[in-house]
Amino acid sequence: MLQSKSDHLFNATNLFFLTVIGLVTLFPLYYVLVVSFSDPAEFIRNKATLFPKKWSLDSYRYLLSTDSFIRAMGNSAFLATVGTVFSLFVTSCLSYALSRRRLQGRRVMMLLILLTTLFNPGIIPPYLLIRDLNLINSIWSLILPVLTSGWYVLLMKGFFDSIPPSLEEAARIDGCNDIGVWWRIILPLSLPSLAAFGLFYAVAYWNTFFTALLYINDFNKQPLQVLLQNMLIDSSTASGGTAAAEMTAEQQIPSETLKMAAVVIATIPILMVYPFLQKHFAKGAMVGSVKE
Amino acid sequence: MPSQMDTAAKRKIESVYRKSLAAERRRNIWNGVKRDRFLYLLALPGIVFFILFKYVPMWGIVISFQDYSPYQGMWASSWVGFKHYIRFFSNPDFLILFRNTMAINLLSLIFFFPLPILLSVMMNELRGNKFRKTIQSIVYLPHFLSWVIIVGITFLLLSTGEGIINQLLVAAGLNKIDFLTNPNYFWGLLTVQSIWKDAGWGTVLFLAAMAGIDPQLNEAAKIDGAGRFRQIWHITLPGIRSVVIILLILRIGHIMDVGFEQVFLMMNGAVSEVADVFDTYVYRLGIKQGQLSFSTAVGVFKSVVGLILVIGANKLAKKFGEEGVY
Repeated sequence: MLQSKSDHLFNATNLFFLTVIGLVTLFPLYYVLVVSFSDPAEFIRNKATLFPKKWSLDSYRYLLSTDSFIRAMGNSAFLATVGTVFSLFVTSCLSYALSRRRLQGRRVMMLLILLTTLFNPGIIPPYLLIRDLNLINSIWSLILPVLTSGWYVLLMKGFFDSIPPSLEEAARIDGCNDIGVWWRIILPLSLPSLAAFGLFYAVAYWNTFFTALLYINDFNKQPLQVLLQNMLIDSSTASGGTAAAEMTAEQQIPSETLKMAAVVIATIPILMVYPFLQKHFAKGAMVGSVKE
Repeated sequence: MPSQMDTAAKRKIESVYRKSLAAERRRNIWNGVKRDRFLYLLALPGIVFFILFKYVPMWGIVISFQDYSPYQGMWASSWVGFKHYIRFFSNPDFLILFRNTMAINLLSLIFFFPLPILLSVMMNELRGNKFRKTIQSIVYLPHFLSWVIIVGITFLLLSTGEGIINQLLVAAGLNKIDFLTNPNYFWGLLTVQSIWKDAGWGTVLFLAAMAGIDPQLNEAAKIDGAGRFRQIWHITLPGIRSVVIILLILRIGHIMDVGFEQVFLMMNGAVSEVADVFDTYVYRLGIKQGQLSFSTAVGVFKSVVGLILVIGANKLAKKFGEEGVY
């Protein structure tokens, strides 16, 4: 009896704290939504409210009518889809080859891949490489250098290791070569894992910012995150205190409502894939990483 | 004489034999390569990727020993030895960068690192499945938002003009706080941001490790009269020990890294003294001002220290009987 009483207390306290944590996590996102749906003029007059006094879709309407925003969305969408397909292709091909124990030179290749996860040459040498390859201002400069990573290759290889070899042998007897085995047997069997990695790649490509800052100068080729940076941060009040804030209001630099509408639109694709992500990522993140 | 002939003949036989062995081995290797040609074909794009985008840039670090000129290229630029390294270490910037990097990372190690462990223990103790799923979805979510968006949201909440926190402070009769431009708040602000973004996501691995703990252990402990706290202390926490150690090693290996995007986006003139870290410095001097050799040296210094730390931490972990990362 005593035991269950303390159990109840434990559960209640636990539930309470986790609820608070959940609310703290959600509040900023909720507030972004509120601001984005507020009437711009009304928001400037009343500033913070926890619920919009006057609903308005003006910010969204304005944003979606500007070419630059639509173009940046398009650039990021291209990046996320094409980049993800290429990344999955390269990662799974290499991981599968490395998962075959009979492959000669396998140990050396894996060691060399592991080394790349331990040491990176910094920012400048890759920048010079991209410049020498004439990829500055090309969207491929945001895809090729991050096609895959040592971690992902080793993780996916760990996953392929767990597929029983008898399946491969059966396919071989039916006349498949290695590429056939990979395409017809291994990939279909690893769809959940591919989904997990694919979604990680897609999110990373969608959120590409730093490499775009380095490699893309052409305004028309900028992905969404760089445009967002220009909107949200460059013109923000943080850089110069109140004087800048007044200037901002006068010059009609994006209002808070417009900024937050941009944040919401930029987040929608992530929220759309999120349910799928949730289903698979625990598996994807776990693949080969926890030894039991 | 005859014995000499013998040894000469023996030697000759031996060398023929050895040659044929080597030839045989070569033939075997070649046969293996021929047999697995499709596997090599599959591996090819990835191998090309690693050579071109990981190993070619490693060559690029030679420019940190040169006075690199983009017009002359890596082959023709003049060699200057450790000049850029010496200049960097004797530069007062070095100490500032080092201090800022260490401060931000130590704060993260003390405040950020334990939180996912605590959070996953709390979530693991949840009895209702539905609430657990909901809370997981919520705390994982911010991880997938970009730093640009998170910094944008920070400004929305904290700016002195329109920020809701300052509005609330004023409404409560208090003074506004200039969170974003006061250097005293900068490191703390970064830590809070990181916690909001990634503490939830950090629970994924721990929860998975906890799911692997045999529930019979808990049953047995319960029969022995262990309460919830004692079960956590004696069963759950030891059960995730190796995962904690692996993550700690990785964390220590990255102690010279501060998320570039976060600092870069949060930085402004008023806080640059406490905000500048190695990566932002390399970006500014290298990309913006074109001091390519010097900023490469800074980057190499950072990477070498990181490499030494991760190898050291891994060795230490193995010494204490843990598995380590590799």
